[in-house]
Amino acid sequence: MPEALNLADDRRPEQRRAALALLEILERETPFPGAPRVGLTGAPGAGKSTLLDALVRTLRPRGETLAIVAVDPSSQRSGGALLGDRARVRSGADDEGVFLRSMAARDQLGGLAEATRAGVAILAAAFDRVFVETVGVGQSEVEVASLVDTLVYVASPGAGDLLQFMKAGVLEVPDLFAVNKADLGPAAERTAGELAGGLGLGERSDAGWTPPVLLVSARDGVGIEPVAKALGDHFQHLSAGGGLAARRRRGVETWLLRALETRYGSYGIEQLGGETAVRARLDEDGSAFAALARLADEIEETLGKPR
Amino acid sequence: MSERDRPWVFRTYSGHTSARASNALYRKNLAQGQTGLSVAFDLPTQTGVDSDHPLARGEVGKVGVPVGHIEDMELLFEQLPLDRMNTSMTINATAAWLLALYIATAERQDVDPHNLQGTTQNDIIKEYLSRGTYVFPPQPSMLLTGDMVAYTVEHVPKWNPINVCSYHLQEAGATPVQEIAYAMATAIAVLDGARTREDLPADALPRVVGRISFFLNSGIRFVEELCKGRAMAELWDEITRERYGVQDEKLRRFRYGVQVNSLGLTEAQPENNVIRIALEALGVTFSKKARCRALQLPAWNEALGLPRPWDQQWSLRIQQILAYETDLLEHEDLFDGSHVVEARTRELVDEARAELDEVLAQGGAVAAVENAYMKRRLVESQTARARAIEEGEHVVVGVNRFTEGEPSPLLEGARSVLRVDESAEREQIERLEAFRGRRNDADVTAALQGLKDALANGNNVMPPSIRAAHVGVTTGEWADALRALFGEYRAPTGVVAHAASGAGERTLALRERVHALTGRLGRPLKLLVGKPGLDGHSNGAEQIAVKARDAGMEVVYEGIRLTPQEIVQSARDEGVHVIGLSILSGSHGVLVVDVLEGLRQAGLAELPVVVGGIIPEEDADTLRAAGVRRVYTPKDFDLTHIVGEIVDVVAESAAVH
Repeated sequence: MPEALNLADDRRPEQRRAALALLEILERETPFPGAPRVGLTGAPGAGKSTLLDALVRTLRPRGETLAIVAVDPSSQRSGGALLGDRARVRSGADDEGVFLRSMAARDQLGGLAEATRAGVAILAAAFDRVFVETVGVGQSEVEVASLVDTLVYVASPGAGDLLQFMKAGVLEVPDLFAVNKADLGPAAERTAGELAGGLGLGERSDAGWTPPVLLVSARDGVGIEPVAKALGDHFQHLSAGGGLAARRRRGVETWLLRALETRYGSYGIEQLGGETAVRARLDEDGSAFAALARLADEIEETLGKPR
Repeated sequence: MSERDRPWVFRTYSGHTSARASNALYRKNLAQGQTGLSVAFDLPTQTGVDSDHPLARGEVGKVGVPVGHIEDMELLFEQLPLDRMNTSMTINATAAWLLALYIATAERQDVDPHNLQGTTQNDIIKEYLSRGTYVFPPQPSMLLTGDMVAYTVEHVPKWNPINVCSYHLQEAGATPVQEIAYAMATAIAVLDGARTREDLPADALPRVVGRISFFLNSGIRFVEELCKGRAMAELWDEITRERYGVQDEKLRRFRYGVQVNSLGLTEAQPENNVIRIALEALGVTFSKKARCRALQLPAWNEALGLPRPWDQQWSLRIQQILAYETDLLEHEDLFDGSHVVEARTRELVDEARAELDEVLAQGGAVAAVENAYMKRRLVESQTARARAIEEGEHVVVGVNRFTEGEPSPLLEGARSVLRVDESAEREQIERLEAFRGRRNDADVTAALQGLKDALANGNNVMPPSIRAAHVGVTTGEWADALRALFGEYRAPTGVVAHAASGAGERTLALRERVHALTGRLGRPLKLLVGKPGLDGHSNGAEQIAVKARDAGMEVVYEGIRLTPQEIVQSARDEGVHVIGLSILSGSHGVLVVDVLEGLRQAGLAELPVVVGGIIPEEDADTLRAAGVRRVYTPKDFDLTHIVGEIVDVVAESAAVH
């Protein structure tokens, strides 16, 4: 398992070919819907890791195998990253049913590395559920949303009023809100109230699902059960209504466009005929990763042609 | 000239191997002229695990004495009548338990606890910030501290239930201002908590305030340290008067003990440390107004390993010469009226007050631990200090200047440190098992249930703990009962949030090498940094992690208190190229080998491992023979160089494959 992830991260030509082949097979063989992919985002210090730790301890005894991808930002200057330093998921080192991989975002704009999507695809093929935890700065909210089936936003009480949430554009995207530090009482309840109220105001892309706003105390292990249930409910909702396939497809399209744009700018997209054309290319044979490789090659060719 | 003052209490921080061995050491030191005891406990005792627990492996009896139950405590104080002792116990997360054992021992010696004198360190805040032997989360820990304060003020009135520590903050890199501010914030957290307790009547508060004592550091900048002591005395007087309304001047006095700086003691030219220690002792004795009540001096060879009795004796002589041969104690304060000292003191008071206000604005010391504010500030200061030493701005004689010279005769020949016999662990475990066999199981079960019930009902932890001590409950059992109720805590490392420091030329060159190697490897260089075992001194590991990140590596910083199995699993799952282990507790012989063995079993025998810590040269040779690629000790202060070698090690491995 770790070797597969290492391979997916490897940029040398031979390894990239092998990785693409692997991803091809996985895309073909992995049953649908397969493992639910859950994203956790929220401001630093909100308690994402602690909540994740509590969720793992709730889900593990039910026999679920879990994979966690923990993303931390890369240093703009050095390219390095400090990963780890999380509430270590305590099911013991002997528990092979929990897998934790730390990844650096590597992206200048605060988004996710390309390797993250490949990592999630690989892990989803081997584990019952995959969690992706990000820091919640820069672009990562939107990025993570395109990578997962359910996005959980972890909020800290008093971290700002409804207006702040609306300004940050936080309300439209997440599927579930967990207001942490419920042990703070009124402050937490107020934040939960504001979020619930604000959600009533806007329009959401999925009209059939109203994001629950749940109060939890990750530290004290309170309110975790309802969160686990809500995760299950949302996945049920997506699988039953047929929204899951469309959502995942949209996510892949977003990812593909962004990956090409990061590398080649809007010029690159134009060379391929524009966004709609690019989206359609995903219908061709092969995995999304193969599509990225193919399209990148095409752009490179046009760049190399004399004018 | 006034009559000669009585000198401060002379202590030496000691304990190792077993209760019996430590008892012999204490009796010897007292015979040498030491006037107070200072008990060092081993890491399992400090973190509430029994000697036969998996995490205790390699740690039993290494950095202090193992005390697993009442018989160990009785043995530790055999022939030492507790009503005549002044005992300082460096114990924090499990302080209530060790005090319970001490009181139970006194009762067995027919000594009235009202006559007991001494201190339990009991400062959990600094554990989260630097020392790492916390167990429970901040809030229940502060509750336990409050229980001890409330209990002792009535039942053990001559006891100092807490020593608010700034010592460890300096060891973690704190500036004088940070030392003052964060210590005061901790004291305030304790007193604010005490004030709200139902079992403490309002008229007891001044007495409680009067029993708050401090434990300071004394660094090599001894003039500033002297001013720091005076500043703290002033600030404490202000706080006790204004915040807590204490009228009695005696109860507002700033009382403190000291251990002088150990972080600055060098491995290179270790004989120089004697001078450092003597000058640092001056910093806390020179000014009568800010003179310590008790002084502990480390030995000259602290950076090499455990001191032998002779090494401790040499440090004790420093105190005795200072107190008895000089005329220091014959005078009133030497610095009143000194415009230099008074100006610097004023500056420190003002800056410290501002930083204290900052911590209080965040909700106080506990909040500033949970949100990692104080830890981050300390990591910043430590990073700045490390860089200053690396670049030669901050001179350390024998390390970055005046490094050439005659080899030290003190290091020749026979072992220059104390070795803890590896069989000590096995013997301790055997004694523990035998002890368990002798107890009345029904009594033990009842006592543990009584403890849990008392805590669940919000009662004071001391009485049920003393009962538990008498019937033979063990340290691990006591701590587990509390863990079941409070949970176990992982403190923030303060490292992740730290911004990249400005990179010098060498770091930039290092980045180039890392990027080039990344190209060859196919993906960025990934390093795992972790601390196996119970040692909580994380500064070194944190500094390496930050430096490696600045050099462009992806660093998985795992933190403290990991088992070798956890490290191996992480290394495998994270797909790292190299592992860096940090161990300062002397358990490296056992734990590093366990990691190497675990890697072999996981099919990762080729994964390179480097080790840092307090590791004597012979042990370093053994580790290298076992497959460790590099060994770093306190003499390796150049972090850029170390990280450069880590890159080399990965390059070497890559070349082989």
